[in-house]
Amino acid sequence: MTIAEKILAAHASKSKVKPGEFINVKVDLVMAHDLTAGIAVDQFNKIGINKVFDPKKVVFVMDHFVPNKDVVEAEQVKSLREFAKKHHLLFFEAGDAGIEHVILPEKGLVLPGDLVVGADSHTCTYGALGAFSTGMGSTDIAVAMATGEIWMKVPPTIKFVYHGNLKRWVGGKDLILYTIGQIGVDGALYSTMEFTGEVIDKLSMDSRFTMANMAIEAGAKAGIFKVDQKTLEYVKKRAKRPYKIYETDETEEYSQIMEYDVSNIEPQIAFPHSPENTKPVSQVGDIKIDQVVIGSCTNGRLDDLRDAAMILDKKKIHKEVRCIVIPGSQEVYLNALKEGLIERFIKAGAIVSTPTCGPCVGGHMGVLASDEKCISTTNRNFIGRMGSPKAEIYLANPAVAAASAITGKITDPEEV
Amino acid sequence: MIKGRVHKYGANIDTDGIIPARYANLSDPYELGKHCMENIDVNFSKRVKLGDIIMATTNFGCGSSREIAPISIKGAGISCVIAKSFARIFFRNAINIGLPLIESKDAVDNTDNGNELEIDLSSGKIKNLTKDKIFTAIPYPDFVRELISAGGLIEYTRKRLKIGGK
Repeated sequence: MTIAEKILAAHASKSKVKPGEFINVKVDLVMAHDLTAGIAVDQFNKIGINKVFDPKKVVFVMDHFVPNKDVVEAEQVKSLREFAKKHHLLFFEAGDAGIEHVILPEKGLVLPGDLVVGADSHTCTYGALGAFSTGMGSTDIAVAMATGEIWMKVPPTIKFVYHGNLKRWVGGKDLILYTIGQIGVDGALYSTMEFTGEVIDKLSMDSRFTMANMAIEAGAKAGIFKVDQKTLEYVKKRAKRPYKIYETDETEEYSQIMEYDVSNIEPQIAFPHSPENTKPVSQVGDIKIDQVVIGSCTNGRLDDLRDAAMILDKKKIHKEVRCIVIPGSQEVYLNALKEGLIERFIKAGAIVSTPTCGPCVGGHMGVLASDEKCISTTNRNFIGRMGSPKAEIYLANPAVAAASAITGKITDPEEV
Repeated sequence: MIKGRVHKYGANIDTDGIIPARYANLSDPYELGKHCMENIDVNFSKRVKLGDIIMATTNFGCGSSREIAPISIKGAGISCVIAKSFARIFFRNAINIGLPLIESKDAVDNTDNGNELEIDLSSGKIKNLTKDKIFTAIPYPDFVRELISAGGLIEYTRKRLKIGGK
């Protein structure tokens, strides 16, 4: 079996599972956020159970429209806070919060071998830790909250192998955008993407989180990495309970194997309005931008801010560009502050926001007007995603976003 | 039996196209329905008549996990969605909230925008009344059929847990 199949089998109390099989699995953690927990609570109440299966395994994170952007949101968060208090759930907001997919690994709430479901499509992020994690809707999450179990269809696994050595300024974001450009936004529909190869072995944890995060953008149910020394270093200082490491059997057959030599790939830009519309940065042409967003569950971690700060150091942001930097969590924010990154952003003329999903979903903190163009380190450039349906979004890595903020047009970091 | 006119779209219709996140803290299906498809088809909700059908090619509903996507489609008055393939989270969400989904490549390839269809969900027969053609839906897996016949995931769970009466 593959890593994903082994985790699913273990959580279904089976010795073996096969792709396509319907199983019932026990979950290690159930997550919902301010935009999805409301319906989950309504549905939970309809089941007719008066308590969640295990309050220490149900977590609500207030991160999308917070700090509360309007009265509707404030009322929503208030009622979720009350529900969480009544049921003694893990509830993160304000000072101990941040973007869910950044903070749950940071707080050691997700560990290798776990099975996690969340009412957010980017729940697949935790595959970077060697966990099986996937997004679902609020009703599925309500049932998982009540019973600690959920049905799943075992996905086939596609193996992605990356060979070579990455160029400077090419990282996890570029590898995943390149891959989606190759296979399309439904190229891994219903499948698990297993990321392997010597390039992956050398990749930082932050870059692995970025790749697993965007597995959903290829239609995948999960993205997954094997646990290695880097994973263990990340996990050891955070884990407060035991965890289990699974590895794919050598004899395993994948549904597909995709091999890429990535030695020559450049930073990738996804053009409007789909993550599959990718081009290398040298072939972008002259695209003037109005706004830059550096942050999100995709690229709001410390390595991402370091890359952006290195480019922006002692430089000035173009006078016609608004550059918004959003650390993904309080921990990232504090570390960025200690390393002097925040000072560099402010001196360059960027604004730095408290952790929030905010502009990525067109919520607040940087919504776009019609005919505006934005280069963003987020994960989706769908029509209307960040505000006006007449705006254009280009997806890129943090170094490209920072370089573009300086010149006012989409720019290769090598050129600034 | 479902009868309605087809509103046809292409591939990869995403959840931001179906319902923008700016409405994500609303919960009333009718209110959500008024904003259904507005990012990609401004007059959609005004054009739809109760019982109409959305048709699309591949990967319908890709993107976010927002359950308000199928809720807004239902709230707009749409009776079912026919596509060549669906994104997986959208598929689960639609089944869970009782929005029928039909997978049929033939129906999609042989139906035009505005055609009138008649659909028998139990047999999976899709009749194009405008063109006088009949297609068959790909049947749901047994487990999904069990979920639907139980009345959705919440009712299925209540039965599993042996929680009686409403």
